[in-house]
Amino acid sequence: MSEAPAHVIDAVGRRCPLPVIDLAKQISEVPVGSVIELLADDPAAAADVPAWCRMRDHEFVGEKARGDATAYLVRRTH
Amino acid sequence: MSGYFDAATATPLHPTARAALQAALDDGWADPDRIYREGRRARQLLDGARAAVATALGVAAEEVTFCPSGTTAGHLAVLGTAAARRRTGNRLVVSAVEHSTVLAAARHHDNGGGVTTIVGVDRNGSVDPAAFLDAVSPDTALAVLQSANHEVGTLQPVAQVGAGCKEREVPLFVDAAQSVGHVDLPDGWDLLTASARKWGGPAGVGLLVVRRGTRWRSPWPEDEHEGGRMAGVVPLPLILAAAASLQAREQERQGEAARLTDLVDRIRTEVVRRVPDVEMLGDPERRLPHLVAFSCLYVAGEAIQVALDRAGFSVSSGSSCSSSALTPSHVLEAMGVLTHGNVRVSLHGEVEQADVERFLDVLPGIVEELRRTAGAQGL
Repeated sequence: MSEAPAHVIDAVGRRCPLPVIDLAKQISEVPVGSVIELLADDPAAAADVPAWCRMRDHEFVGEKARGDATAYLVRRTH
Repeated sequence: MSGYFDAATATPLHPTARAALQAALDDGWADPDRIYREGRRARQLLDGARAAVATALGVAAEEVTFCPSGTTAGHLAVLGTAAARRRTGNRLVVSAVEHSTVLAAARHHDNGGGVTTIVGVDRNGSVDPAAFLDAVSPDTALAVLQSANHEVGTLQPVAQVGAGCKEREVPLFVDAAQSVGHVDLPDGWDLLTASARKWGGPAGVGLLVVRRGTRWRSPWPEDEHEGGRMAGVVPLPLILAAAASLQAREQERQGEAARLTDLVDRIRTEVVRRVPDVEMLGDPERRLPHLVAFSCLYVAGEAIQVALDRAGFSVSSGSSCSSSALTPSHVLEAMGVLTHGNVRVSLHGEVEQADVERFLDVLPGIVEELRRTAGAQGL
């Protein structure tokens, strides 16, 4: 969790499924093996980001509170 | 023919219910607790309805209480058992995927000083019996497990959990709202609830069954009706309609379950084949015959509901993107599955194969169009 993300997506204020669409669009902007951070405050992201990682075969690294939003960390694996 | 695919919320009134309701409005309007002739007639009808329901459920008539809804019955089951077993303990053990009725009653219990343990589920929405029973500590007043999940259709291992609860001398309440009139009821429970509108009866009738020997008392002020279990006079015409439709459902149930199982199997197979990036939800084998749910990646639940409605199909959704809720379904969250783009299809007697085929024909185009609008194609 201490690894700095290679790229941060600000999806605060965007409702589901838009944060996950943002993540899917921008995952290719980081090199394979790097971590991308999705900042979101839609409650659905807590379930949908790990589910997306499972469906797309990327690694869900974890989440941490960031003010009123949550930072979701995803490692690009392919 | 019917594009109404939301039987798990409310099933169209069974023809038997309609006939019974019309007859009962003429014959069953008096108070069954009065001793004059009209009251005696009402009492006779109410007793008959109770006996019919008891036979359908395989219980004794005096174990059945009529309530104004499945929700009321669920609240009574939880709070009445907690009240009667206060000296044993103040803990409730519930699965994470119970109906909001049960979770709301548990929160009410907790607000009054009680404690609730919530047991998680696997990705199919099923509890692990061993994990559930581990949570049933000696200070447990009541364990609660649904017979089948209302959002994804997974059947819960009630018999195993019930046997373990019996060993621990803890009563088990089973919310059977989605099962009564659809599948055989599991063994091993002490309290059970159901809702008439889920089997083709009218809204306004719920069932509370408390097995003999189960400690239970009404959490409400004393009242003479329904043996002191449910306050207020009963809506006799609705109860007669509910009982008649349950009897009729029981007659048709086996054949209808086989037919709907095939239609749901067709949906489970074809949706995944025809629509890319769909997560089919719930246990493919241990499931209700008439209910299937799936989530479509990158699609808003409300948008897909509206588009299907326009195409003539009424479905429900557990997505928070549906207008009625800000948070996604607690069931989908607990399962760890995609919560957006969620569609629940639940079938009934008026749905034919041709309806399902038309649904399968229109769904791929709807999902494709919504993904294109959201700029999410090819992601």
